[in-house]
Amino acid sequence: MTDIPALAKRNSRLPVSTMAILALFALMVGLTMAGVINKYIQSVLMFIGINIIFSASLNIVNGYMGEFSCGHGGFMAVGAYVSSVLSVILFTENSFTGQPLLPPGSAIFLFPIVIIIGGLVSAVFGLLVAIPSFKTRDDYLAIITIAANFIIVTLINNIGAVGGSRGFMGMKKSLKAMEAVIDLPYMIIWIFIFVVLSIVMIRRLMKSTYGKGISSIRYDETSAEIMSVNTNHMKLVAFMFSSGLAGIAGGLFAHVMGFVNPASFSIFKSTEGLVMVYLGGMGSLSGSVLSAVIFTLMLEALRPLQILKWVLIPLMLILLMQFRPEGLLGNRELSDVFPKLKRIFIRKDSSNG
Amino acid sequence: MAEILLEIKDLTHRFGGLTAVSDLNFEIIKDEIVGLIGPNGAGKTTVFNLVSGFYVPSEGDILYKGERINGLKPHEIASRQIGRTFQNIRLWSDMTVLDNIKISQHYRLGYNLMDAFLQTKKYKKHEKMIEADAYELLEEFQLSDLAHEMPKNLPYGVQRRVEIARALSLKPDLLMLDEPAAGLSSADVSELIQYIQWIKEHFKLTIWMIEHQMQVIMSLCSRIKVVDFGKELLTGTAEEVRNSPEVIKAYLGDGEI
Repeated sequence: MTDIPALAKRNSRLPVSTMAILALFALMVGLTMAGVINKYIQSVLMFIGINIIFSASLNIVNGYMGEFSCGHGGFMAVGAYVSSVLSVILFTENSFTGQPLLPPGSAIFLFPIVIIIGGLVSAVFGLLVAIPSFKTRDDYLAIITIAANFIIVTLINNIGAVGGSRGFMGMKKSLKAMEAVIDLPYMIIWIFIFVVLSIVMIRRLMKSTYGKGISSIRYDETSAEIMSVNTNHMKLVAFMFSSGLAGIAGGLFAHVMGFVNPASFSIFKSTEGLVMVYLGGMGSLSGSVLSAVIFTLMLEALRPLQILKWVLIPLMLILLMQFRPEGLLGNRELSDVFPKLKRIFIRKDSSNG
Repeated sequence: MAEILLEIKDLTHRFGGLTAVSDLNFEIIKDEIVGLIGPNGAGKTTVFNLVSGFYVPSEGDILYKGERINGLKPHEIASRQIGRTFQNIRLWSDMTVLDNIKISQHYRLGYNLMDAFLQTKKYKKHEKMIEADAYELLEEFQLSDLAHEMPKNLPYGVQRRVEIARALSLKPDLLMLDEPAAGLSSADVSELIQYIQWIKEHFKLTIWMIEHQMQVIMSLCSRIKVVDFGKELLTGTAEEVRNSPEVIKAYLGDGEI
């Protein structure tokens, strides 16, 4: 497993995968700035990114750990609202504090921190599910996750200060403040960075012996305990990490839309996450990424159908469960299906050796 | 000098109204192979589950190396170096044999979540150590060729070996085997006997086993405890157990119809 020459080379030259990611990043930012891709394509690209984080994070619980969380949208809501409120209070004129607490231009550095704080608060809300999971499993835990989703959405619905069911807005002004300093397509840039960070973090965690403790719960929790895995600790890590990333997806979503309302994070949102995870394959990280891309594009294609898409999406879920319950990739990765890809990612693989 | 490794004192366990284990006393001395036998439903596996922390005893104490371990979580007990296998094999059947061995070293990971995210030096050092040890163990068990196989694809007898190897990755001083011969053919059983003997010598272990196959018990165990209805019937050598009328009665009934 340990590939010493590859490791040595790693220090002198960037791995192909890193270069590919940098190139894609440069391409996207470049094309956006040059005005080659229009606002619509930009927004589709951004939603793909947000959905990648959303589905990959849900996959930690539903795929790797084998529990069934169907309230992931709730955690996205927490991140969306926390970062939106922070961003509005800190960088713009608002109804809470009047004047912005910080010079609006500082958003240019503080924006990612605001998003991360949203994620951290979401991670804390993850305890709402993590703690019951110590004693409860399977269908019973699934019901608790639905309950958590409802609790969060209903709470937000009833907090007048953030607009209740009418929603909350003003985040566009923070972006304007950033653009006033240097004009860059900030949302594309930050979504790209957070997608890459999320994927790298999930990948590193699930490749480590530490993270494999999470997967051991899926196959046999009893023997995991007997073999010295602290399963409660693993559940805590899995649920908090998963909901934290959902919170980051939520914060980014809120800033792309410039407007959030509780209804966007209802059980429908959670269902979209489930469709993506099961479409891609449980426990397959590249599957989640792939299905997030396919699913987002499909949603765009189905947009003319409006509400009818909620007939088509569940129907697709039924067909998927009937004919390919393991999803597109099962629990394999793209590199297992197309071995050629391994050559590109081989250094990444050896880096955990 | 006989050093007591595990001491069970007045152990009682009730499930609701049912007393599964009642006032059991037992000492396991370092370096011996001890058997625990009894008819079906006698409470043998319950005793194992009590020792490994799945149940908290209703009464009594369990001391391991002089330290009280009842009330601890199973993973904490495992980390104190007690290994165990199950009656029905419980490997992580969809993860490779290597992963099975690696995950079982969670008790000495030596790094935390942040180290895993950042792939720090500490992380790399410990992962390397864990992997090297896992390979070494597989080598000793002649399983290294199967390192990347999934247990579900392996024959039953090999799965047993993998399960024992996995229990040994805890570097236990006490190994508890719950019916290791269950489901094995008679040829496999004689192999298993040699195998257990070898494990004991090679890893300098104390072994405590539940077994129904008398061939295994009689040829391995220096001492045997017989339980029935959660109570101790007798403790003695293989010969004493074989000739005890009480034991025969427990297994076969007392002849008065």
